[in-house]
Amino acid sequence: MKLSRSPLLEERLPAWRANFILGLLLVGFAVLVGRSFYLQGINKDFLIGQGESRYERVLEISATRGRILDRHGDVLAMSTPVKAVWAIPEDAKLAPAQVRQLAALLDTDPRELTRKLASARDFVYLKRQIAPDVATQIASLKLPGVHFKNEFRRYYPSGEVAAHMLGFTGVDDAGQEGIELAMNSQLTGKPGGRRVIKDRRGQIVEDVESIRAPQEGKDTVLALDAKLQYLAYVQLKQAITQHKAKAGGIVVLDAKSGEVLALVNLPTYNPNNRTRLSGAQLRNRAFTDTFEPGSTFKSFTVALALDKGNVRFDTPIQTAPGRLTIGTATISDAHPHGMLSVAQVIQKSSNIGAAKMALALPAEEMWQMFDNLGFGQPLKLGFPGEAAGRLRPHKRWRPIEQATMSYGHGISVTLIQLARAYQAFARNGDLLPLSLTRLETAPPVGVRVFSEQTAREMRAMLEMAVLPGGTAPKAQVPGYRVAGKTGTANKLEGGSYTNKYVASFVGFAPVSDPRLIIAVMIDEPAAGKYYGGEVAAPVFSGVMASALRSWGVAPDAPEKPLQMAIAPVKEEM
Amino acid sequence: MARLNLILLAAVLFSALADVSINHHARKLVTAYEREQERMRALEVEWGQLQLEQSTWATHSRIEEIARQRLGMHAPRPGQIVTALP
Repeated sequence: MKLSRSPLLEERLPAWRANFILGLLLVGFAVLVGRSFYLQGINKDFLIGQGESRYERVLEISATRGRILDRHGDVLAMSTPVKAVWAIPEDAKLAPAQVRQLAALLDTDPRELTRKLASARDFVYLKRQIAPDVATQIASLKLPGVHFKNEFRRYYPSGEVAAHMLGFTGVDDAGQEGIELAMNSQLTGKPGGRRVIKDRRGQIVEDVESIRAPQEGKDTVLALDAKLQYLAYVQLKQAITQHKAKAGGIVVLDAKSGEVLALVNLPTYNPNNRTRLSGAQLRNRAFTDTFEPGSTFKSFTVALALDKGNVRFDTPIQTAPGRLTIGTATISDAHPHGMLSVAQVIQKSSNIGAAKMALALPAEEMWQMFDNLGFGQPLKLGFPGEAAGRLRPHKRWRPIEQATMSYGHGISVTLIQLARAYQAFARNGDLLPLSLTRLETAPPVGVRVFSEQTAREMRAMLEMAVLPGGTAPKAQVPGYRVAGKTGTANKLEGGSYTNKYVASFVGFAPVSDPRLIIAVMIDEPAAGKYYGGEVAAPVFSGVMASALRSWGVAPDAPEKPLQMAIAPVKEEM
Repeated sequence: MARLNLILLAAVLFSALADVSINHHARKLVTAYEREQERMRALEVEWGQLQLEQSTWATHSRIEEIARQRLGMHAPRPGQIVTALP
């Protein structure tokens, strides 16, 4: 067969058309190369990021809040992981039987739960801080729209015994009271984060990077001795019940180091279960409530008079007839005494004796002493709500005020200030700053307030006050020499004195080498007795006796001649 | 030349397979490591709970009650105390 010749095929095409197509193809190729170069070379981070975001996960690493330990390492507060159960109401379409099941596990009312699940919000907490095993049970129900979140719950094994000292944390694990608040920044941990690759089964297959290393909260070691704290709590509680008192407080200090070994306030609360808390229960009285100290202040007046050389311990002072008129006001003694020596003024607690000594002292010097002893200013321990107390500037003192201040009226202090000021006698005339945490190094040098000679003489006088003939024989501790001073003050209400009382006792032991200082305050004893020597001194004695025994302090006044075991004993206590 | 290419091809193949296998192995190790970490955290939590339990059993009020009631103990009277001085 012969094809007819086609003129169409005969025609020669112009060469540029082929070149044009070739050019187009080349340009297209160049565009593709350029684009792939752009994607893989220049803009690669974006694509890598996009890719990674499809299989990488950022995990939060939670950090635990630090523990609070007592001086021997016993746990006083500790966080442990719990779960919060939350729901997306829109997703959580539960059958009534499921709701009942869930309510039973959460220990809530089914109606309450239904109401929460009907809420219009996107997120509701069904219950927070539930135990991990309960959460596992709920998870096994496989309810739609119900999720879990990790959180921490703080536990306080000692319960109400150390409640005021430790304080507590809120539901978000931040400190709200006490040490928990004061040391919050140290205790709080910082959660970290890390980036990982997970496979489709949700298992981590590669650790990409650590975004932030988690910082665990630091443990805080308190100066507190859990055993002394318990002993103080039991004794104070017993006294408050026995004397039908409104409230009370006790502070135990280490005379050698200024550490706060125990601090109890009553009424108290259980930090593990804080429903229905009243303000009275929450008050950390030893730090925040001021009171007129009464006769416990006479020691300072007498010490100043001794220190300035105005009197000696045996200087006679006329306190008859038990009344003294200054200007228009008259002060009096509870029991009239005649001629008393300075030592007897302390022993018998004579207001007039103290007032007469005070009036012979310049107001400025008295003010300076009170200021040196730390009155009228907060202790600045970082504790929330520390009160300063009231110490008026000396330029505005009238003689009657100076006289009443000498026996602790017209001035107000907190219990912990009072305990601290008695360091001046328990030590050799100097004051140490207080410490809530255990000191790892030797305590700093104290600030001198009285001379060593004065402190020694005061110790002897304060010891007389607890011996027969003194105001507080009930403060005695068998086997030990103790010293201290009672206080019984009328309470001020609305500017005038009422017949309600604050009974107090501050003292230390053993006198030969004081180790512990204990201050006790009992507010409004209402069972008849109200003298510091009757109400507060027995608490002092009870706590001091157990504390000295528990600390293994050698008796310095044995009832029988001290039996010494002269066997070689290893020194480990 | 062809021989060299074959050797290189074999080397590349081997390297590729080794890479896959090593990666797989590494991932398994990471998973195992994560599991151990998880276990460590669980043990830490348990340890914390045991500490809490211990301090709850060891509260002084409980010890005192048992000492007094069940064991019939009492604090020594001052005369009964013998002090051993080193």
